[in-house]
Amino acid sequence: MKARLSYLLSWMLPILLGLVVSGCKPDADVVATEDVPGTVVPGNFPEPVYGAEKNPPTRAAFELGRSLFYDPRLSRTGEVSCGSCHQQFVAFAHAGHQLSHGVNDRLGTRNTPALQNLRWKPNFFWDGGPSNIETMPLAPITNPLEMDETLDNVLRKLNADASYQRRFKQVFGGNGPINSYQFLRALAQFTAALTSSNSRYDKYARQESGGTLTTSELRGLTVLRQKCGSCHAGELFTDESFRNNGLDRRFPLDSGRAHITGGLRDVGRFKVPSLRNVALTGPYMHDGRFTTLEAVLDHYDHGMVESATLDPQLRRSGLEPGIALNPQERQDLLAFLHTLTDEQFLRNPQLAEQ
Amino acid sequence: MKFLKYTTLFLSLLTLSAAVTSCDDDDSPSLGAIDMEFENVAGSTAIQLNSTTPYTTAAGDQFTITTLRYYISNIKLKRADGTEFVQPDSYYLIDQGIESSRKFSIPNVPIGDYSGITFTVGVDSVRNVSGAQTGALSPGDMFWTWNSGYIYTKLEGRSPQSSNLNGGIIFHIGGFKSPNNTIRTVSPAMNNNMIQVREGRTPEVHFKADVLKMFTGPNTIRFAASNNIMGGPDAVKVANNQAAGMFTLDHIHGN
Repeated sequence: MKARLSYLLSWMLPILLGLVVSGCKPDADVVATEDVPGTVVPGNFPEPVYGAEKNPPTRAAFELGRSLFYDPRLSRTGEVSCGSCHQQFVAFAHAGHQLSHGVNDRLGTRNTPALQNLRWKPNFFWDGGPSNIETMPLAPITNPLEMDETLDNVLRKLNADASYQRRFKQVFGGNGPINSYQFLRALAQFTAALTSSNSRYDKYARQESGGTLTTSELRGLTVLRQKCGSCHAGELFTDESFRNNGLDRRFPLDSGRAHITGGLRDVGRFKVPSLRNVALTGPYMHDGRFTTLEAVLDHYDHGMVESATLDPQLRRSGLEPGIALNPQERQDLLAFLHTLTDEQFLRNPQLAEQ
Repeated sequence: MKFLKYTTLFLSLLTLSAAVTSCDDDDSPSLGAIDMEFENVAGSTAIQLNSTTPYTTAAGDQFTITTLRYYISNIKLKRADGTEFVQPDSYYLIDQGIESSRKFSIPNVPIGDYSGITFTVGVDSVRNVSGAQTGALSPGDMFWTWNSGYIYTKLEGRSPQSSNLNGGIIFHIGGFKSPNNTIRTVSPAMNNNMIQVREGRTPEVHFKADVLKMFTGPNTIRFAASNNIMGGPDAVKVANNQAAGMFTLDHIHGN
């Protein structure tokens, strides 16, 4: 009997599920496509915040999102695309730029963050202001120091382009003009695909071929987990918290998380960034003040200053705040950090401008 | 027997799937509708954008209005026995500049008598962080991009009392995170009125939204000191004023 039941279910269930899913509205052809990058959760990663089910990847939608990401028409002047400041070869950070660089050579107030593993982020930016990957791009698009454009104007430009009209229709169906929902959902298909999970460290963690770490790198991993791991935690090397890491005594130019919460206890606290591809994502810190990893380690070892909101984990009784690193630990740590470089991600032709 | 059991399971699954997929095109006789109208006023004066005649707050500040928009959401209708009709996907953006936005219809309301109405002035916290949305919640200039969330009420204009450039006043009331949560839910007094929903008879519920009440009530807002509010503790003060009496039920037509 059991066999009979499983037989019945084996052919009935797909039909039933199909009926349930198809419902009343004949949606556009939405079929998950395995060859869209970043669709499968890497074996050593936690569950994502923005799982594939929230915006099921399709080849056409991903490619549409990629076109939008690299389209300078998203800016007022038609000169700055998302990809202008988020360059693939440095994990979608901005190479050689301390501060973000917008239309008419306007300089922003913060260091452009890398775009990677965004599916796992509960919020975005150094201050965590935007809370959803879909609406996040509205901030740089409308910021006068970045792309300085309005959402209405972006939609106007997209709707004036026959190729976009056709491609949006292919993805979303319908006969209306391209709307903000479609634009933001398509863009999120690309930004959510930016998964970096194939560094040498990852292969080591998943016990895959090519996953060999040297003894120095392994010692560096131990140092990292012991001395940095409470903030740069887990496989994503961040706990997504906001912390004051002793950069300044006061924060008159940028109050960090307090800019969002208005709380005094959040003054000088900034998002703990991931360390993935960290060898390439310099300059470092929210204001890009350190150009090299060595300078960053110097800061943690002996460069920190006191302030009211300094993270308690960095305080030491009877000593200046900091994390002591002896020369061997420092060398090992630097060696390990380089194993987080993911060449496959940095060179994936699917993520490049076409 | 076992076979029977499986057959039953199979048939019930089939029935379930039919129930889930059916489009329910039947006009259900037990459902009606309610029309809602929001009339924006300053005291006893109907609001006109860019009016040359200023309005005067309870504290004596004068102002005119260039933009007035607010969200009404999560509408609930209460029956005398305490049970409720909760409108699904209930989000409306009232815009003084768009006449059609000030009237809308709530469809599929079970026929019956409703003795109470409750709605949110603003947008519930979940929808503030739900990503790209459609309809009234389409992202636009009622959405803060740098600190995700909707602006629940936007009133912009001018006041001779404002110290702002060109005498501007800007009130952007929004925010859903403690301690600066400005989501407010109101239940305007019905004064023993009933909303009677019947087949073929659609009552029209007429509300007044008095913008003067944004500046008086638990907190007196003076434009000399407060003229540029974008969320934060000052927005909470305005939200508390709004909750205390901005919305009143004026009358019900068509009962």
